[in-house]
Amino acid sequence: MNTTTPSKLEKILAEGHFAVTSECGPPRGVNGEVVEEKANLIKDHVDAINVTDNQTSVVRLCSLAACIRIKQMGLEPVLQMVTRDRNRIGIQSDILGAASFGIDNILCLTGDHQHFGDHPQAINVFDLDSTQLIQTVKLMRDEGQLLGGFEMKERPNMFIGAAANPFADPFEIRVARLAKKVAAGCQFIQTQCIYNMEKFKTWMQQVRDQGLHEKVAILAGLTPMKNVGMAKYMKNRVPGIDVPDEIIERLAAVPKEKQADEGIKICIEQIEELKEEEGIRGFHIMAIEWEEKVPEIVEMAGLYPRPTVEISAN
Amino acid sequence: MIMARPKPIEEIIDEIKDFNKVLIAGCDGCVTVCEAGGVKEVQVLASALRLYFTKENKRMEIDETSLTRQCDKDYLHELLDKIDDYDAIVSLACGAGVQFMAEMYRKKPIFPGVDTCFIGVTEERGVWAERCQACGQCILASTGGICPISRCSKRMLNGPCGGSEKGKCEISPDTDCGWHLIYERLKELGQLDFFAEPTDPKDWVSSRDGGPRKIVREDVRL
Repeated sequence: MNTTTPSKLEKILAEGHFAVTSECGPPRGVNGEVVEEKANLIKDHVDAINVTDNQTSVVRLCSLAACIRIKQMGLEPVLQMVTRDRNRIGIQSDILGAASFGIDNILCLTGDHQHFGDHPQAINVFDLDSTQLIQTVKLMRDEGQLLGGFEMKERPNMFIGAAANPFADPFEIRVARLAKKVAAGCQFIQTQCIYNMEKFKTWMQQVRDQGLHEKVAILAGLTPMKNVGMAKYMKNRVPGIDVPDEIIERLAAVPKEKQADEGIKICIEQIEELKEEEGIRGFHIMAIEWEEKVPEIVEMAGLYPRPTVEISAN
Repeated sequence: MIMARPKPIEEIIDEIKDFNKVLIAGCDGCVTVCEAGGVKEVQVLASALRLYFTKENKRMEIDETSLTRQCDKDYLHELLDKIDDYDAIVSLACGAGVQFMAEMYRKKPIFPGVDTCFIGVTEERGVWAERCQACGQCILASTGGICPISRCSKRMLNGPCGGSEKGKCEISPDTDCGWHLIYERLKELGQLDFFAEPTDPKDWVSSRDGGPRKIVREDVRL
């Protein structure tokens, strides 16, 4: 498979390896070293590191600045970008800024509504949605154009990703929506965290039925549970997350001090199972404020050492 | 129709407390339909204010009127002869009516008596809901007659997002997911092909983003 960008993530996928990505949530303050510390915890065990963009609409150190830090550590960042807070002028400007620092991956998201965050009084922008952000990056990269029509001399050469949530409703429209993102130019997908394996496999079957698994690299999203309380919270309070009762029962069945180990074990079992699922090209491990566990998961799931690839200078 | 709701009476008292003679002016248009600023609400508000100021031993004369439409100069003219009898006016019209009254009677303080909320419908008695954001470029033809700009919390044009659950929006179980509704209706109409293609970024110039808007139609000008 040919690669289209200097992205290391794209290269690893193109060579047929399972890709492994993880994420760093920036701090709610100015200390950028927190990002570096988190990146250092996982850097040898992942191919690329997503940096969240004011996730759950809580103000944090910006994704772009954190990505630059990660890039300057010699690592591979994935710039997460939501359309909630910036209009198409701000968005394109940030894409150009990111490209100027050699940030080669972008994850295009609409973003959580600000209702959930620490500034529910804020105006939201949503000038574009996630699909239109994908179109925008593709236009900038492939046509060398801004949305306004300006022709750029140099193009931001980014590997374009997006999210997919197989567990949201209406279920029957989820693959159609993925198809739309692919049609818009999406090259890789990081899914919402998977707990309901049966439903996920049903979704993957529909993905394969439409041949989408051959057009887009799907990375299965996984978040290990720290304890049964987290599982219940995710089930009841987080929109779009489907936690089956079996997971809660399994965590509840072990003593409290062993629940974290059980959560990791479930996560590893899921990876092993999903490796066999046709169309799964990698794993996106979102260990929320638990980054130190990522190496253990990657090693135990047989995904270590990570492949080395030759990256052409960009 | 433009939907509004009555302002809390404390707010209106605060607006007029330093005057002695105030006119409460209702509007027989939209705010009558949504029971926020018609004749009936003028009467209720005027009575409550009289009671309040009597209790406070404050001299305050409150008169009542209602105009056919406050967004129309011809009807606003009806106040021309008596406006100077009053220290101030409380208009129960929508924000457009309040402003047009203030434009016409420049020397008179005009206060709003309602909070103007949205363009919507009466779902049932006492329940009004938003349906249109007046974006100036209607896309209902391709969305099953359901507007994603007013019905989706993120005004997505390629929805539904990952927060749609059992037909409800991620922001509240009381809010329908607009895109779920669109999908269901397109399916019923056999128009799901409208959903297949990505919708390009919208031109928001015709919306509020293009600055204050005006329609000039030479074909109907005098």
